[in-house]
Amino acid sequence: MAKFDEAPIIKDPPINGILRPPDIREDASVGVKCWPSKPKDTRAIDLPTERLPDWQARGVAKLGELLERNKALRVFLDICVRCGACADKCQFYLGTGDPRNMPVARAELLRAVYRRYYTPLGRRMPQAANAADFDEEMLALWYTYFYQCSECRRCSVFCPYGIDTAEITIAAREIMAEIGVSTKYVTEVVAKVYDTGNNLGIPPAAWKDNCEFLEEDVLEQTGVPIKFPVDMQGAEVLLVPPSADNFANTETMIGYAKLFHVLGISWTTSTYCNEGGNFGLFLNFANMKKVNNRILTAARMLGVKTIIWGECGHAWRAGIFTPSLSGPMDEFDPPYPYHISQFTVDMLRRGALNGKIDKNANDQYLVTYHDPCNAARAGQLVEEPREIIRACCNRFVEMPADTIREKTFCCGAGNGLLTDEIMPIRMAGGKPRAMAVKHTGANFLATVCAICKAQLPESMHYWGVPVEVGGVAQLLGNALKL
Amino acid sequence: MSTPAALWTLFATLLIGLSYFAGVTFVLGLLWRLVGYLRTPMPYPAALTPAPTTDAGAAARVAGDVLFFPSLFKADKALWAGAWVFHVALWVILIRHLRYFTYPVPGISVAMSSVALWAGYVFGVAILFLFWRRLALPRALYVSGVPDYFALALLGLIAATGILTKYWLHVNLVDVKAFTLGLLTLRPVAPPAHPLFLVHFLLVIGLMLYFPFSKLLHAGGIFFSPTRNQPFDVQKCKKR
Ligand code: HEM
Ligand code: SF4
Ligand code: SF4
Repeated sequence: MAKFDEAPIIKDPPINGILRPPDIREDASVGVKCWPSKPKDTRAIDLPTERLPDWQARGVAKLGELLERNKALRVFLDICVRCGACADKCQFYLGTGDPRNMPVARAELLRAVYRRYYTPLGRRMPQAANAADFDEEMLALWYTYFYQCSECRRCSVFCPYGIDTAEITIAAREIMAEIGVSTKYVTEVVAKVYDTGNNLGIPPAAWKDNCEFLEEDVLEQTGVPIKFPVDMQGAEVLLVPPSADNFANTETMIGYAKLFHVLGISWTTSTYCNEGGNFGLFLNFANMKKVNNRILTAARMLGVKTIIWGECGHAWRAGIFTPSLSGPMDEFDPPYPYHISQFTVDMLRRGALNGKIDKNANDQYLVTYHDPCNAARAGQLVEEPREIIRACCNRFVEMPADTIREKTFCCGAGNGLLTDEIMPIRMAGGKPRAMAVKHTGANFLATVCAICKAQLPESMHYWGVPVEVGGVAQLLGNALKL
Repeated sequence: MSTPAALWTLFATLLIGLSYFAGVTFVLGLLWRLVGYLRTPMPYPAALTPAPTTDAGAAARVAGDVLFFPSLFKADKALWAGAWVFHVALWVILIRHLRYFTYPVPGISVAMSSVALWAGYVFGVAILFLFWRRLALPRALYVSGVPDYFALALLGLIAATGILTKYWLHVNLVDVKAFTLGLLTLRPVAPPAHPLFLVHFLLVIGLMLYFPFSKLLHAGGIFFSPTRNQPFDVQKCKKR
């Protein structure tokens, strides 16, 4: 039995794997909130340790600054016609029925404040213009509902103007961070990156130990000495995996190592930056940039030719920002930024893996593929993982068309929501994906995101879907002939 | 001068003043908003996958959005149909209205006369449908506010008064044209003394004043939406 309040979660079953939009349930998930940040973490990442006394004025001023800096925000705040096309497209609305989880209503929380302070009509006639003060009550709603959005962009696919509520959420979180309102989970993770180089807080020595442990493990299983190099100067490739791949999703890590081994390419991880995931993306611009810069710094320290991003959705979303965030990458070999799935597909197409794949190795699996939102809506990464799966598995099945590719559902915990105190939201948001997986009858759910790989086993279990969750590189690793 | 005549002159003068004020506000307001969008940078790539990889592709995507509302089609077929008919009728009406403002009248405006007959009615019905939808669907009702009803009501009233002046209480078109051309050539003359036409005209002035400061700006903003108008070209790669 679940150990959390299940009241916010709608349990109605789907029809053919697709959920019908639920009736509105006012305030259904208003009580589900992330824990607030701790001073030790916020101090470490240059944010106020508590809410500032002049938070209202500071928040409004910050909004003004963002309006000058971000075209998307400016346009999206103005042009929504409230047609409601996006309303039933968000997994958190589908799972909770809380009307503020309709993307347009979520965005209106920021829009109302924008109108109140930055539009001529809203300043003069707040009521008539749907404008509202940035007050205590509004801030509480922001904190709740902008942390019930996984910045997944699904709403954007269905909006006639491509209005991306994720962009609105990003701005609202940035304003909150500025005035001293942030969550424990996200700030803690960013602080760990500055401290240890990765989101999990694994110190360099432990990282090395674990790589050695994986080497022994693989040697035992396969009889082949496969290396997991760390801090190797002059390696061809710097791999920036999500750090979870080295601890939780080790089969994925083993998949990368086998691939490089078979290709005969020298590679390494870095203990300065053994993390692609960038929680700054869920917090504020300054930290996003600082975290992202570490990747280029690590690559320069080791003198590698190419940087390859591992299987992590938001790492890749931030990864494609790299040239605009952290400066030109001309010193590296193109293509850049480069994703492990793209790299694998390039090798496949070039024939580098011809005769080296035993498809039958994955025959115990009926595989389906979950598109991580950041890959499939922000990172142009849709066909590559499928091409890899088809190359290394005989049995592959797709989920219903409205739940995959750019219409994919978020796992339910992306972009700052993977924290246990908001389990009701995670399970509610995870429902559409779980139902679609159930519909396929697959027993292996492959994906290219570490957050998904952490959330999906829990949500699949909660919704009674017996399926193993793992990486695309893991499937490839199973099939590679060493 | 008799009192009614004096009042009429006063009214005509005010209306002319208001027309110029509305015209200037409309143009400057629009420029202010759109130039604001134009000069604001986008700090990181934001193209929505699956995105075109070239500028031409991105331009084609925006053009497609403007003409056919494909995302709305994916989202909600009934709304798409209503919205599309509404906008096409709106454009037909707008183009037809050119004949009140131009001399000689452009060919397209004349050529459309057979379609135009219907455009007004279709426009009205589409507005009723969109209004009904806002009230009838719980989710749409939840997100609708004063500005949303106001925009539809304003357009609806403009359409209604327009249709009435055309088919019922005829207004002398020569007078109308004299008035509008007078305004445009900065040699204003008195408006036709036709109450319904004047209401129609005043409502349009209201629309012009409201347009740049409201959600109606989606007509311009749609061209600046980074998720749609950016190509995905971050991977400056030769090898792949
Ligand atoms: C580039 C030109 C334009 C494009 C691409 C465009 C597109 C759209 C789309 C996709 C919608 C959402 C669907 C809907 O709710 O109907 C919409 C709504 C709307 N548009 Fe436009 N539009 C344009 C110009 C205009 C103009 C010039 C006006 C009026 C002066 C206008 C008035 C409206 C109104 C009132 C709505 C809301 C309808 C409702 O309440 O449901 N649009 N537009
Ligand atoms: S689909 Fe777009 S325009 Fe329509 S309500 Fe949602 S965000 Fe607004
Ligand atoms: S970005 Fe995703 S989570 Fe956020 S409102 Fe849109 S659909 Fe919902």
